[in-house]
Amino acid sequence: MQLNRRHFLQLTALAGGGLALSLYEQPLAQALGAAQADGHAPGLSPRAFLGIDRSGIVTIQAKNPEIGQGIRTMLPMLIAEELDVEWSQVKVEQASLDESAYGPQFAGGSMATPINWEPLRHVGAAGRQLMISAAAKRWAVPEAECSTRAGKVLHAGSGRSLGYGELADEAATLPLPDQSMLRLKDAKDYRIVGNFTRGVDNPALMTGKPLFGIDVKVPGMLQAVYQKCPVLGGKVKSANLDRIKNMSGVRHAFIVEGTVRGGPVLESDPGLEPGIAIVADTWWQAQAARKALKVEWDTAAGSPTAAAQSSAGFATKAAELLKQPPGHTIRAYGDVDGALKSAAKVVEAEYAYPFLSHGALEPQNTTAHFKDGKVEIWTTSQAPGGGRRMVAKELGIAESDITVHLTRTGGGFGRRLMNDYMVEAAWISRTVQAPVKLVWSREDDFAHDAYRPAGWHAMKAGLDAQGKVVAWRQHMATFGEGDHAAPSAGIGPEEFPSGQVPNYFIGHTAMPLWLRTGPMRAPGVNAYAFVSQSFLDEVALAAGRDPLDVQLEILAATTVPLPETGATARRGPAEYRFHPARLAGVLQQVAEESGWRNRKRAPGTGMGIAAYSCHLGYSAQVVEVTVDANNRVRVNKVWAVADVGRQIINPSGARAQVEGSILEGISHTLLEVTLTGGKIDQSNYPQYPLVRMRQVPEMHISFRITENSPTGLGEPALPPVIPAVCNAIFAATGKRVRTLPLSRSGFTLA
Amino acid sequence: MSLKLKVNNQTVQVDASGDTPLLWVLRDHLNLMGAKYGCGVGSCGACTVLVDGNAVRSCITPVSGVAGSAITTLEGLSKDGTHPLQKAWDAVDVPQCGYCQSGQMMSAAALLERTPHPTDAQIDIAMTGNLCRCGTYARIREAIHRAAGQMMPALRD
Repeated sequence: MQLNRRHFLQLTALAGGGLALSLYEQPLAQALGAAQADGHAPGLSPRAFLGIDRSGIVTIQAKNPEIGQGIRTMLPMLIAEELDVEWSQVKVEQASLDESAYGPQFAGGSMATPINWEPLRHVGAAGRQLMISAAAKRWAVPEAECSTRAGKVLHAGSGRSLGYGELADEAATLPLPDQSMLRLKDAKDYRIVGNFTRGVDNPALMTGKPLFGIDVKVPGMLQAVYQKCPVLGGKVKSANLDRIKNMSGVRHAFIVEGTVRGGPVLESDPGLEPGIAIVADTWWQAQAARKALKVEWDTAAGSPTAAAQSSAGFATKAAELLKQPPGHTIRAYGDVDGALKSAAKVVEAEYAYPFLSHGALEPQNTTAHFKDGKVEIWTTSQAPGGGRRMVAKELGIAESDITVHLTRTGGGFGRRLMNDYMVEAAWISRTVQAPVKLVWSREDDFAHDAYRPAGWHAMKAGLDAQGKVVAWRQHMATFGEGDHAAPSAGIGPEEFPSGQVPNYFIGHTAMPLWLRTGPMRAPGVNAYAFVSQSFLDEVALAAGRDPLDVQLEILAATTVPLPETGATARRGPAEYRFHPARLAGVLQQVAEESGWRNRKRAPGTGMGIAAYSCHLGYSAQVVEVTVDANNRVRVNKVWAVADVGRQIINPSGARAQVEGSILEGISHTLLEVTLTGGKIDQSNYPQYPLVRMRQVPEMHISFRITENSPTGLGEPALPPVIPAVCNAIFAATGKRVRTLPLSRSGFTLA
Repeated sequence: MSLKLKVNNQTVQVDASGDTPLLWVLRDHLNLMGAKYGCGVGSCGACTVLVDGNAVRSCITPVSGVAGSAITTLEGLSKDGTHPLQKAWDAVDVPQCGYCQSGQMMSAAALLERTPHPTDAQIDIAMTGNLCRCGTYARIREAIHRAAGQMMPALRD
């Protein structure tokens, strides 16, 4: 797999001396069109990725939002490597939102590595080439006689050398090198990429410097809370605002009309939700005033049926739907019903999992300053471009009148791909005509998430006499209408084992939902892996076979490709296709490293195995658990192997993503968000028991290096953890976990 | 009301209602942004600071109750990152998002004051009130061992 994108460089002189190098990434046709239209290089902008000043200090702009995935460190490493400087010479700055200059700026889909791997290395290589050209010119020697090392150009023949800072002015006047002539380093020559590199923000984090959205302070700033109806879209009928306005420190208290745009399927960010804003000198004053707030809500304003919704009701409805034929076919090939009929053995089971909340530790917040029709924003968004569009739409102003600064973010997990808090802050700032920092309470965060959707699956598999899986039928009860699933509630035609078994059917039946749903780390697959990898374990054991062997057999089968045309046609670039051999590779490696073949343990202890591919990565895990007489589960050990291509860019960050994925996966087995009367039942962490330190297992993490372009790790290591834990519980107890959280299957985590 | 507080070895005067949680006095009145708001109910530990050497959840501690006590925040460990815990946290590259780490480090500071060489089990107990949503626990444990083994004797001198 090779990922190549067309991109463009631009060179400018820095005002204070030195050079600046910018990069643009656009589809070729669009870029050429832009060039023809205004007669100069496409996407011209003074913003730069890379600056080198006369003292040789290299400033690199970190383009993407930092949400804890280490991107503010990792992307600048790519530039610094090819520029050939010492990492200690590099100063990293956070770029503001300017996608015309920096290309896509978002944290999602584990896409930062595949999107930026080629172009950012080219930025560095072009900078290095400019330095060589400038030095060769100064010395009047051929460029071929010059080399670089640690921020210097060297001329071996004469023993001369010049630092990049000494060459920067001259380099800024040179024509840009032809990108097709740029030579990227051979991996064996890397001096930064591949090294354990500590986070660039560590010094500031360790000393408590303001870094996060919640730490933003601008002159004259007020602070706000925003109380919304516990039932989505409910409007204020009446409120004791006169009392609130008289409370200590309160400057403003007002109703925001707002609108949640409905329709059969609610979007993740359906508009500015109605509510009451309280604006005070300090946040605590606003929050204290909120505690005295008395509101009469019209809970039916968003949807007349909203307040009748409950988790129990959804589960009952789903059970009915799964008894009927699927409402919508997602993929079908072969003759699944015929194959089930003639199978030597048929295994059937139903699986279910709940809504989840993201629970990022930093509450949603944004600081906004609306002035003279323009707004300046400091935000924690993972998708600030989408946020700017939403602010423009809701406030009726032009996107070009909105400036967005990116702060460090206290956890994303997909929650901050939604931008509701950004719109609320901008709206409140405009209303009070002052800079305002809006900070949600933890209770706001639990009550107003875009939740990981719950789901229910009826599974049926057929085995032949040799114990080979010959048919797989999956019917999902989900949310949405007809063939249109709610955000992150749809299942695609290529989930495991689609294409790898001879007869296959997957379909869904959707039911209506009045609740926001949205992406949560490894969206969809964090649930589908639980379902299919647990069921595969059941099927294999029913055949008396090792689940590893059955999975490897499935992965070795000749793939039945998706049609090239029609409703279920293959989408996306060819290089993003699933490679069964890579999944088999990580499975075999994790089996070796964990001693899977010798997995016999004392009674009460068991091992489980699972694998999954998502977000271009391949991941397999083996988990060992011990379950005591009271059904308390202790996760002892996790072995994890991931294949994300040929290069681990920052081993510290990469391992951190796997460590985090393992612990988040274990948390997923414990957590649920439930609804009663249209309201979320959980309001704070005590009702949402994320894993604590005492529950951390021993983790054995390794990477399988394969000849593929490097891809991301924010998500691929998460999905297999969940079924591996559940399969291990079965191995230890003989009891199958088919419903999450574990408490609904009779287990707790010790 | 006007209160006199001793924060990071400095006496400061703040004008805040006595029931204001210490956290918000630190953040909004004193501009000390190290301690973080996470839950407001003393459950996540992001707001942990030391009050007379004890780890305290500042989000549920009324400021009136700590007047006269010695309050230490992350900023009070050292301004330049040279405290053994700060160095250990950097060396192990503990943070992912980093939001909880101020509270983690202050709980660790309280632990090491009492138990200079804690076992894993002692660490787990002392740190159980500190949530890390990203999952950096294994590195936190490693950093505590590192600070304990190498650096704490110097700190106590």
